[in-house]
Amino acid sequence: MRRVAIVGVGMTKFGEHWNLGFRDLILEAGVTALNDAKMHGDQIDGLFGGTMASGSMIGQEHIGALLADYMGLTPIASTRVEAACASGGLAFRTGFMAVASGLHDHVIVGGVEKMTDIGADQVALSLGGAGDQEWEVFQGATFPALYALMARRHMIDFGTKEEHFASVAVKNHANAAKNKFAQFQKEITIQDVMDSRPVASPLKILDCSPVSDGAAVAVLVPLEEARKYNDTPIEVVASAQTSGAIALHNRRTFTSLYATKMAAEKAYKMAKVTAKDIDVCEVHDCFTSAEVMAIEDLGFFDKGKGGFASFDGETALNSKISINTSGGLKGCGHPVGATGVKQVAEIVWQLRGQAGNRQVTGAEIGMTHNVGGSGATCAVHIMKRAD
Amino acid sequence: MKPGLATSWRRMKERYSLIGSHCDTCNLDFFPIRQICPLCRRKGKMSEKKFKGTGTVFSYTTVFSPPSGFELRAPYVLALIKLDDGPNILGMVEDSKPEEITVGSRVEKLYRKWVDEDEGGLIHYGFAFKLV
Repeated sequence: MRRVAIVGVGMTKFGEHWNLGFRDLILEAGVTALNDAKMHGDQIDGLFGGTMASGSMIGQEHIGALLADYMGLTPIASTRVEAACASGGLAFRTGFMAVASGLHDHVIVGGVEKMTDIGADQVALSLGGAGDQEWEVFQGATFPALYALMARRHMIDFGTKEEHFASVAVKNHANAAKNKFAQFQKEITIQDVMDSRPVASPLKILDCSPVSDGAAVAVLVPLEEARKYNDTPIEVVASAQTSGAIALHNRRTFTSLYATKMAAEKAYKMAKVTAKDIDVCEVHDCFTSAEVMAIEDLGFFDKGKGGFASFDGETALNSKISINTSGGLKGCGHPVGATGVKQVAEIVWQLRGQAGNRQVTGAEIGMTHNVGGSGATCAVHIMKRAD
Repeated sequence: MKPGLATSWRRMKERYSLIGSHCDTCNLDFFPIRQICPLCRRKGKMSEKKFKGTGTVFSYTTVFSPPSGFELRAPYVLALIKLDDGPNILGMVEDSKPEEITVGSRVEKLYRKWVDEDEGGLIHYGFAFKLV
């Protein structure tokens, strides 16, 4: 297996882009990433694009071909990768495998979603496809509802409070306010979250990630030639992926995502590091309670302590461990398919020391954690500056 | 997406009668019906099992922002329920005061409308639960 490095990243601002369509978004992110890598399109020989619900959101399938066409990259191999909200993370992993295997040399990995062309109730219906249509969605379950069922159980088993969940949103908005690409540029308070309207109790609207448009792109090459394109290549030292039951009621645990625990275990083993070695991590906070579960399942905090740790500021910028410096899904926005690749872009900037006023001091090892559905797919990647 | 006629027809046993699967080899229950046991796979012998429909709530949420098709029913309560004689299951809790639903509440099965299609279209039915 060849060692793989990231030599370029780029993204659009996340948010409501009424003037930009699906293909405009990916092109903007792609050109930015190629410029970052000082590469040209004719050097690229493979493209993997993560998108979750283009069929139900913009009526467009056959995304692989569309991306290659509008990025001017035909006739290269171009493949769509779909795993609900983990589509971006899995596209990245597929690109990693393509370069590691030697089958492709210079690969573009993209994530993109265009969500604001349809109404909010239609978005909820589309996102429901990440759960079990027959046994969850047809009974009126929404994604906030599924995560709320886990959040409630976490509160009962561990004494986690709604204010603890709220503190995650407060921290992620504070980080987002330092990120020019973030959808929300405004700090909020715990009281703002507590006073916001209920969505699926105990979760309120400010516990939820928003509906967003956006795209993110990363360029992968073999490590041995990475310095031709970038002075600070970032090596992908672990790539892990797991699956779990699609329906929440068929899982063994409800306060933990088993898929996350297993993916983290595999990733730490592959990278030969432990949770203590991670300096900065982008976790999948589709809901504030999901971040609480994630920081426990990834091994940063003991089970049941994640809410207390968040409330006490232990996950803030440059604290015990810096979680979601981009603002996370909550603050930066969540164009579903783009999120997994955006997480990679943020970690690359952190490890290069280019994160500006949200820079984690001395960040050497970073991690991304991308979840599909209510926990039925998980992708975890570990990255560090190449030697 | 709405369920469609064939989908509902295929799932009648499970939706109307709460029939799931039992692995005779692992002595484990599953809902809905599975063709192979996720633990022992093809070594197992799966048979159909009808669950009584009584159980205990172990988590619940009140949905205030419904997906399309459920607007008229919101707010409604969804619960994760441990069936007395079977596995965990997700269901709506109806005909009950929402403020009385809590972790540990005893529930029993009901038969209710799940979702209807556009005017003149199909009405899909299935199980739900109520407080005992």
